[in-house]
Amino acid sequence: MKMHVLQALGLGRRTGVHPPARKLTRARAIEHMPLPSKVILPLQQHIGACAKAVVKRGDEVKVGQVIAESDGFVSAPIHATISGTVKQITTIASPITGQPVPAIIIESDGKDEWIELTPADPQNLSNEQILTRIQNAGIVGMGGAAFPTHVKLKPPPQKHIHTVIVNGAECEPYITADDRLMLEETDRIIAGVKIAMQVLSVTTAHIAIEDNKPRAIERIGRALAQLSPPGRITVVAVPSRYPMGAEKTLVKSILHVEIPEGGLPMDVGAVVQNVATLAAVSDAVTLGKPLVERVVTVAGMVSEPKNLMARFGTAASSLIELCGELDTSVDQVIFGGPMMGIAQPSYDSPIIKGTNCVLLKRSDFRDEHSCIRCGRCIDSCPMGLMPLMFVNCDKKREYEALPDYHIANCVECGACAYSCPANIPLVSYIKNGKTELRKRGIK
Amino acid sequence: MDKVSKLVLSPAPHLRGNASINRDMYIVTLALLFPCAGAVYFFGLYVLLMLAVGVLCTVLTEYAAKLMRRQPFHMDGSAIVTGILLVLVMPPRTPLWIIAVGAVFCIAIAKEAFGGLGHNIFNPALAGRAFVTLSFAGALTRWIAPVSSFVADGVTAATPLSEGFITALTNGVPYKALFLGNVAGSVGETSALLILIGGAILLAFGLIKWQVPVFYIGTVFLLSWIMGQDPLFHILAGGLMLGAFFMATDYVTSPLTTRGKIIFAVGAGILVVVIRVLGTMPEGVCYSILLMNAVTPLIDRYVRPRPYGHMPTTRKGA
Repeated sequence: MKMHVLQALGLGRRTGVHPPARKLTRARAIEHMPLPSKVILPLQQHIGACAKAVVKRGDEVKVGQVIAESDGFVSAPIHATISGTVKQITTIASPITGQPVPAIIIESDGKDEWIELTPADPQNLSNEQILTRIQNAGIVGMGGAAFPTHVKLKPPPQKHIHTVIVNGAECEPYITADDRLMLEETDRIIAGVKIAMQVLSVTTAHIAIEDNKPRAIERIGRALAQLSPPGRITVVAVPSRYPMGAEKTLVKSILHVEIPEGGLPMDVGAVVQNVATLAAVSDAVTLGKPLVERVVTVAGMVSEPKNLMARFGTAASSLIELCGELDTSVDQVIFGGPMMGIAQPSYDSPIIKGTNCVLLKRSDFRDEHSCIRCGRCIDSCPMGLMPLMFVNCDKKREYEALPDYHIANCVECGACAYSCPANIPLVSYIKNGKTELRKRGIK
Repeated sequence: MDKVSKLVLSPAPHLRGNASINRDMYIVTLALLFPCAGAVYFFGLYVLLMLAVGVLCTVLTEYAAKLMRRQPFHMDGSAIVTGILLVLVMPPRTPLWIIAVGAVFCIAIAKEAFGGLGHNIFNPALAGRAFVTLSFAGALTRWIAPVSSFVADGVTAATPLSEGFITALTNGVPYKALFLGNVAGSVGETSALLILIGGAILLAFGLIKWQVPVFYIGTVFLLSWIMGQDPLFHILAGGLMLGAFFMATDYVTSPLTTRGKIIFAVGAGILVVVIRVLGTMPEGVCYSILLMNAVTPLIDRYVRPRPYGHMPTTRKGA
């Protein structure tokens, strides 16, 4: 009752933004791209320690062979994605941070020889064995954040997990990689969901898909009806509203609870996994196949945007060449969607595990004006924050005040900056504020 | 692939919505054209002169202020809006030089001296209006009745809210005239209908929140009713409509959150009735908004949205 009154007064949480979807490649089937003649594999593909090379120059490698490892539980190994020779171990600009990272360059022998794979039936595997297979396959979250998957599938024992939420929201404009995967690789995804449910010993899973993807919703619904899997797996159509695919928003939409401030989905009994990640989990567990490729949507100012299955380490330029004419005014290559993607310094930046899209666009610099306190950033913030206050604090160098406005809650989705009429780059201010706080050791 | 082409780096998001300050201000200007047109119709072509002087002076003052402050001047339209609003709250026969003084005050003192667009505490147009009312009281208390034709001279009349007018009501309250605007009053406040059309434009473009005019006008209606007044008369007469749609909704000088805006609107509504009924001035809209402008920083300090995952029971510092 109280909620209804609040809603009527416009005080309920109505957040997020509606950027134009521009999903022009939704009807284009995934195309396997020809093998690249060389791959560049950065040794840091996710937040955390850099992997260490276990091959040296001149070594012959096969597809799926581990070429770099890192210690610790929160890490995933990196595999060769083509067969051939290690040509060089060098330093490149990281496609994530832009900072220098070590990278292994492999030159193809054109044979695409794989290591020997050891298939298994997940039913006969223990949870530990499954997790080890997932870790050894180098699987990380493929929705963008690239957090090692086996870690998410092994929550601390004191956390009671009751639901797996499968993230098929794909809320960023342009990207259709997950949409196509849901249409074409439905069974692999569902197999992955079942494995995740088995490992977490839960009986409920919800596959969340934004309602602008009716075909995927229908396709998965039909597959579930035919498979009649054990436990309860359902498809849930969620409203198309950016950032629906952010874990916190998705959990709220599905379970109607909010993750406590500073917490993770497991604090409310949920584990969220992206659809592409779960398809990879299925391959890793049942086939023993390491993660070496993914679907990448090439979109924006090319004449034939496509969904391409690309090996990691393939230069973006090789993907772009397959997509027709590149508009001459393009001067930005974005890895990821337009809202949270990362501008790349070079056309040759390599595709990595979290790269779901290569977006080609023209830069669009706008003068930053003073804040007019219109409150659009507040209305659009999915985390219930006052983004303009972060800018105010940054400008006055009053970083100590940032935690009062719950800066740690910000997921950097960019909804505020998208809706700002004064073109204030709010996300940049927020990132800067977080960095300053870290420098000062304030949490 | 063209190897020499340089790529441009920029932070996310790489996509921007279509909102801009210019767009906002020009939509407000468009919405204001309705009360402006009504003003010209009711009070004659002199209003056009007033508008020209008002807008010219606000824009030039902003230009000069930016020059003095060595800041870039953006023709963002905010000065135009201030200029128009200032004229709309002036009596119909205000000497042009008073408009000019008011316009300079609006921009130079109420806006730029506080730091420019986005930093001013008080609504510039209302601050300008309050300034000239206090400075040139004599010249600003001559109200004229609307002219039926475009004649330059008008008949002196009482504004509906002044006592003389109310006691002279022998044939009942002329609600229709009040709604349409065929009454004496400030240039832009007389026609509720035209202001509502302008307000509808602002609402349609999502520039203002409905809660502000509804709670502002609603509070005035209820409170004047409780105090034994004619509530309909109180919401139709005077500057309430104009204030509710175009001034209490000013982004810069009103609270950030919807809840804060409601508090602002209710507070302003109470002040209007208190000033009109208990005070010595006939009109209270201008001061009600200026007073609430002053408490806006306080409202913003305490009325904040609930952050996601921050349960009402988990108080900060607990």
